[in-house]
Amino acid sequence: MDPILFIVFLPLLAAAIAGLGNRALGNVAAKTVTTGALLAACALSWPIFISFLGGHAEAHVVPVLHWVQSGSLTFDWALRVDTMTAVMLVVVTSVSALVHLYSWGYMSEDPDQPRFFAYLSLFTFAMLMLVTADNLVQMFFGWEGVGLASYLLIGFWFRKPSASAAAIKAFVVNRVGDLGFMLGIFGTFLVFNTVSIPEILVRAPAMAGSTIGFLGYRLDTMTVLCCLLFVGAMGKSAQLGLHTWLPDAMEGPTPVSALIHAATMVTAGVFMVCRLSPMFQASETAMHVVTYVGAATCFFAATIGTTQWDIKRVIAYSTCSQLGYMFVAAGVGAPGAAMFHLFTHAFFKALLFLGAGSVIHAMHHEQDMRYYGGLRKQIPLTYWAMMAGTLAITGVGIVDVFGFAGFYSKDSILEAAYASASDSGRFGFFAGITAALLTSFYSWRLVFLTFFGKPRWSQSEHIQHAVHDDHGHGDHAQAHDDHGHAHDDGTAGYHPHESPLNMLLPLGVLSLGAVFAGYVFSHSFISEGTGEFWKGSIAFSEELIHHMHGVPEWVKWAPFGVMLTGFLTAIYAYIVNPSFPAKLVAQIGVIHRFVYNKWYFDELYDFLFVRPAFWLGDKFWKLGDIGLIDRFGPNGAAWAVVRGSRVAQKLQSGYLYSYALVMLLGLTAAITWVMVH
Amino acid sequence: MFGFPILSLMLLVPLVAALACLVVEAKTARTIALAATVADFLLGIVLWNRFEIGGPQWQFQENAALFSGFSWKLGIDGIALMLIELSVFLMPICILASASIEKRVGEYMAAFLLMETLMIGVFAAQDLFLFYIFFEAGLIPMYLIIGIWGGADRIYASYKFFLYTLLGSVLMLIAMLWMANEAGTTDVPTLMQYSFPVAAQKWLWLAFFASFAVKMPMWPVHTWLPDAHVQAPTAGSVILAGVLLKMGGYGFIRFSLPMFPEASASYAPLIFVLSMIAVVYTSLVALVQHDMKKLIAYSSVAHMAIVTVGLFAFNVQGLEGTMIVMLSHGLVAGALFLCVGVIYDRLHTREINRYGGLAINMPKYALFFLLFTMASIGLPGTSGFVGEFLSLAGIYQISSWVALVSTTGIILGAAYMLYLYRRVVYGEQKNADAAAMPDLSARELLMVVPIAAVVLWMGVYPESFLAPMRSDIAALDARLAQAKPAGDAKVTAGKPKATGEHSEHAVQEGAH
Repeated sequence: MDPILFIVFLPLLAAAIAGLGNRALGNVAAKTVTTGALLAACALSWPIFISFLGGHAEAHVVPVLHWVQSGSLTFDWALRVDTMTAVMLVVVTSVSALVHLYSWGYMSEDPDQPRFFAYLSLFTFAMLMLVTADNLVQMFFGWEGVGLASYLLIGFWFRKPSASAAAIKAFVVNRVGDLGFMLGIFGTFLVFNTVSIPEILVRAPAMAGSTIGFLGYRLDTMTVLCCLLFVGAMGKSAQLGLHTWLPDAMEGPTPVSALIHAATMVTAGVFMVCRLSPMFQASETAMHVVTYVGAATCFFAATIGTTQWDIKRVIAYSTCSQLGYMFVAAGVGAPGAAMFHLFTHAFFKALLFLGAGSVIHAMHHEQDMRYYGGLRKQIPLTYWAMMAGTLAITGVGIVDVFGFAGFYSKDSILEAAYASASDSGRFGFFAGITAALLTSFYSWRLVFLTFFGKPRWSQSEHIQHAVHDDHGHGDHAQAHDDHGHAHDDGTAGYHPHESPLNMLLPLGVLSLGAVFAGYVFSHSFISEGTGEFWKGSIAFSEELIHHMHGVPEWVKWAPFGVMLTGFLTAIYAYIVNPSFPAKLVAQIGVIHRFVYNKWYFDELYDFLFVRPAFWLGDKFWKLGDIGLIDRFGPNGAAWAVVRGSRVAQKLQSGYLYSYALVMLLGLTAAITWVMVH
Repeated sequence: MFGFPILSLMLLVPLVAALACLVVEAKTARTIALAATVADFLLGIVLWNRFEIGGPQWQFQENAALFSGFSWKLGIDGIALMLIELSVFLMPICILASASIEKRVGEYMAAFLLMETLMIGVFAAQDLFLFYIFFEAGLIPMYLIIGIWGGADRIYASYKFFLYTLLGSVLMLIAMLWMANEAGTTDVPTLMQYSFPVAAQKWLWLAFFASFAVKMPMWPVHTWLPDAHVQAPTAGSVILAGVLLKMGGYGFIRFSLPMFPEASASYAPLIFVLSMIAVVYTSLVALVQHDMKKLIAYSSVAHMAIVTVGLFAFNVQGLEGTMIVMLSHGLVAGALFLCVGVIYDRLHTREINRYGGLAINMPKYALFFLLFTMASIGLPGTSGFVGEFLSLAGIYQISSWVALVSTTGIILGAAYMLYLYRRVVYGEQKNADAAAMPDLSARELLMVVPIAAVVLWMGVYPESFLAPMRSDIAALDARLAQAKPAGDAKVTAGKPKATGEHSEHAVQEGAH
């Protein structure tokens, strides 16, 4: 049996065992089964990836089961293994295995652990089905499957109204994208008469310039198809317009945010665009759309990231912004760079989220950075892990010497955008540079607010509860004594503890990824001659890669410059002169409010879609169904009958007999008719 | 061929059991009803086993002339087979779901058994008038079930039900008389090949439409359904949603499309408009419901609109998708009504706000309810997806507008179903009585587990269900080919880059 079968189906099996066994199975058994399955899947995935790195593996497809055959529309369950898949396999199984392990510690006090681990494994299965898809419909299966798992995990703490609301929002907003995806599949089938990805990709270039009728307009065929599919990608990858669900998704437990809403699921949109890159490259317009949307998101999300106080939300907007970079790369025709950033981002962003989880764990579920401060000494290992993540995301590195992961991948995107020499590429470059400045600022802001300065914990309700509870159990006299002396330092007498080993170990492994993933793998992913690595699983132009290496020196150094500027600004604002941000906010109040309130997207959508939907539903029901149809239909008929004669009484009580009578009379007539003829 | 008159036997078993139920006491009636429905289900399995895929179109044919051209004529193709399987599969579950019925149990069971006979009859009848009898008479036990064992407002609900169906059926009967006269036969397979004059087709089509649109139900003749569902006892709702709503779709696929292909093509825009309105309108209405059953009833109307859209797509995907939507909806809506029934039996209210936090005290219930919710909103891997996907893929080939509007159902469906699920299963336990409800009992598990299994089976390997219908749908598709409308896509040939940078623009302008 091919190892891919085990990689994909072990997590499903584990999810079924843990989920159906649930409490009867017990915490330890459920955790062992799911984590064991994921570690096995991870151990099987790396050899596949390494064999593709070495260039001696061939793409192949493992058939599993027939799925649907309807006329010429056929698609089967099958697992495709090629370079694209191999990259995603290691990302998905590695981060998932580490998140499983991390959750042993993070979720150790939760009463519902088997359910949690079952959902995590179910998610991993769906994600693996997505990345191994050989046809668009199986990709859609994985697509919706991860959506389901995301819904379940965001709503994991279902008692909280905010959690279940966020879960619904995530599912429904994603469904808006899926509407586009589905129409894209229908259109693709209509045009190519197949939904098999390899066949479509072979035939797509020949369809460039063809036109299709769509919604009454005559449009370029490939533009229509790609834009429809891209709407799906926008939903899943939280791009501008369809991004509103991602920040709310932070209601889920933090390991979930790391796995689903940073490293894997949200990158599915990028994966799709890269997987279908030959298709997208058949339409210049579609490529421009991808670039513009990615660039706009990249900038927009970064602005919001600079103003948020919730540590997870800052990282969430950061994710949104980094996904924008990936789309810029895909849009300018450098899917290799997009996939590379996806790869490195998975490690450093999962690291940042798990690190944030470790901070939250230490701070007794407090997530507001205003109540952090000075944690560097209390939780040093977490601090160093977060530092590694921050160095990676801000792209610290020296050209041609060494850099952290993000340095290689982000810079290659910016270079590709510049080198593409199109309007959209230039827009992508400048939006990307600006976003890099903001990224550096908000990332260091997060580090400084959390780990530097003086403790500001005493104002936190969570901390107060924790201290209060401790004192309730502890010695009263001593507690009272504490109250007398130790509270001027802002700690409220609270002592944060470093996380347990099962949480620190994943942080350590991911830190290695954040530090070295760029340096080690950049050659395979993005250098000239990278074709040997990708083996045609993505479409890129060798020419663009060549141009990338020939961009002017200032373009190469620009990311470094803005990174440094952001860093220094953050130092000034949060270390040297901590009163500066408040003063600035007071001066630019309107702009700050606009950004802090996330550009008012939620309010706008509530006004445009949510309220009208409920209002219309109510009107359709009360005015349409009851007021109009029933009134003039059945009720009107009854009224007319009452007016016209006195048979109404009979009709109301004896309707059944009248009905049977009418039927029999009719039949008699029928038979008579036939007999006569 | 299979010489034994198995279809007649399948009609006879419940009929005899129904008579028996009328004369025995309650407990025995329950046993008899369960035994008879299980027996019919086993016969159904035999039927499926013996059905020859790729064999003759009409199988298990029986023909006994009664008098003057009117005959007891039965026989099934793959389409009818699947709907019969659906009926016999749901019936034992309905009997199990009726444990809380205590009033006039014998009569109740008799009504259900009689209905089973008539339902199978509808799908097996090959004589026009025999079909008519089964089709119309099938509603009588339903009236009784709603009118006697229904809720507080049952009289109004059954009156509405009566009024709509009566109007439709009178017109259909007249059309049938005309057809029998014109074609000189009442044999359905013959009529399916008969070419009526196009002008006559249009009138006949409208007459049949009046009946089928009500049964479906299509907007705007749908308002009887929410009331009927709300008032019907649980098992009544299951059969109503599971099988009776499929009679409209079956009627279209058996009569309207093959007998009046040209008329079907010319009235397709009417169907599309009504269906598009139904998807958006009833989904939004479902969003604001406070009554669980009403919500699911409105969602049924929206799902049935996908059926009508797929039917009139005039291609294999549309037709096969439609059949799978019908089978899937029969299972899923039936299961959702069972889910409502489970908690209704405990708390005696359908008010959504009276529940909440059921995931805490009823985790098994939460799991199954989730599965059926996901199947209802068409999550891939469940039966709902396969049907919806094929239907919509079918209609896209005809009209991108219809496809776009109909596909919005996947967004709205997710909204109202998840909103329902959230209010019932998630959140805090705010009502003490709801928080004290016990989880699914063994009997209840016996009802939902088989449906769940089939929902997943149909989602992962629908081939089992598509294979028996394939040649029938291909035949229908071939029959419709003469009237098939052109799609709005009209894709032109590509002009790859090699021909020059500006070729795209040239083609675009040229096409205008």
